[in-house]
Amino acid sequence: MSDFSSALSKALYLLISGDAALMEIIALSLQVSLSAIALATLIGLPLGSVLAVARFPGRGGVITLVNALMGLPPVVVGLIVYMLLSNAGPFGVLNLLYTPTAMLIAQTILVTPIIAALARQACEDLLEEYDEQLRSLGAGTGQIIATLLWDGRTRLLTAILAGFGRAIAEVGAVMIVGGNINHVTRTMTTAIALETSKGNLALALALGVILLALAFAVNAAVMGLSGTAERAAHA
Amino acid sequence: MPDGSRRPEPDLLEVRGVTFKAGGRMLVDHIDLALRPGIVTVILGPNGAGKSLLLRLMHGLLTPASGEILMPGAGATARTRRGQAMVFQAPVLLRRSAKANIAYALKLRGVSRAERNARAITALEQAGLAHLADSPARRLSGGEQQRLALARALALEPKILFLDEPTASLDPASARAIEGVIGDTHARGVKVVLVTHDVGQAKRLAGEVVFLNRGKVTEISPAKSFFKRPESVPARQFLAGEIVE
Ligand SMILES: Nc1ncnc2c1ncn2[C@@H]1O[C@H](COP(=O)(O)OP(=O)(O)O)[C@@H](O)[C@H]1O
Ligand SMILES: [Mg+2]
Repeated sequence: MSDFSSALSKALYLLISGDAALMEIIALSLQVSLSAIALATLIGLPLGSVLAVARFPGRGGVITLVNALMGLPPVVVGLIVYMLLSNAGPFGVLNLLYTPTAMLIAQTILVTPIIAALARQACEDLLEEYDEQLRSLGAGTGQIIATLLWDGRTRLLTAILAGFGRAIAEVGAVMIVGGNINHVTRTMTTAIALETSKGNLALALALGVILLALAFAVNAAVMGLSGTAERAAHA
Repeated sequence: MPDGSRRPEPDLLEVRGVTFKAGGRMLVDHIDLALRPGIVTVILGPNGAGKSLLLRLMHGLLTPASGEILMPGAGATARTRRGQAMVFQAPVLLRRSAKANIAYALKLRGVSRAERNARAITALEQAGLAHLADSPARRLSGGEQQRLALARALALEPKILFLDEPTASLDPASARAIEGVIGDTHARGVKVVLVTHDVGQAKRLAGEVVFLNRGKVTEISPAKSFFKRPESVPARQFLAGEIVE
């Protein structure tokens, strides 16, 4: 118990003093996960909205697949990206393994299905309401998609935040493809795993506190946004 | 408005032998109908008669199983919706301001940005909604929402305006306001096609009545003679309050 309280006070000290090692880890984590989210959004929103609107053979199968990929285990994504990027793999020549770029790729793969699937559902719900009216006004498919993305913006933002929550908190994928190299690929989650195993609980706990705070912030934002969406829907 | 003595103008839209089926049921059954200019056409009939389906078919939202829908002046396909606008029973408004809802529709029709704004404001003024221009459309009252949907349709300057029970869920005052706009629209020379199951409303607005029952047109009569002496048995029963379904 005194272990815990001394760790906690050290953690607070590290946070308040702006410990350089700690800040570096936080910055890298945010950089990787925010970039992954940006990429996943660029891919996931168009993919999800097209799946909601387009009718083509095999559409049901694609939707089932995207939904299933939402539950991809991070370690499996890490393993696949590892095999692709390792020297023996097809992209080995790029020398990306154990770089932040490798972590970015892995997290993007992990999170894109989440954003695409949630966006598809949001757009499809909205389409059910809008379809006849938009076609009556003369909207083509592209205009319908643009309208769904704009009018569904609160739910889509919620989807993006959900993706961010997943990316920033996962450890399996970044551990495998990043390697947890000090000053290079050490993120909050991999650092927590390492420092805990070394018995350096203060640093681990400081990072844990930050992660928790981020998770709370993201959840609060999600709840606030979906509350807004709910009110807008009833209005 | 043309009267009977002049050379008749061409029909605006022609429905020829149109059917629509779903789930093995014949929901719209070989309908022939011509929409003439200068007269309010009311499509009357009990719930489930197929009135909304017929309207959607004419507007091109549904494709007939057989038969054709022609717009004589405008090339011969069912997908010719330019020149038409429709107001649905439950108004579907976008999650934007009242003004932006109208501007959106104008944008889809290729109206320039500057003109969109001016025309949206005019349309809101005509609907008595100018003071709500910047309010979120979905926060308006039911009557205001339906007036906005109507204003949006009218801003497109359609030749034919389809209205599917536009007052069905409104209080009497809001319904009268909508009926007033419908009357003005007709007076400006727009062809109004109104679906209703409200006999009182049909009496107030109709120039001619198309009576629909179980997917079939049982008669097409001038409003006066229809309400005095309907020709078909289902119409007579409906007016007597016997078919209420
Ligand atoms: N898309 C559809 N698929 C199957 N049945 C439908 C569809 N749309 C309407 N119907 C059925 O067709 C009949 C006529 O519907 P509708 O045109 O809405 O009637 P009305 O507007 O006259 O009340 C109803 O029995 C309705 O349940
Ligand atoms: Mg109906």
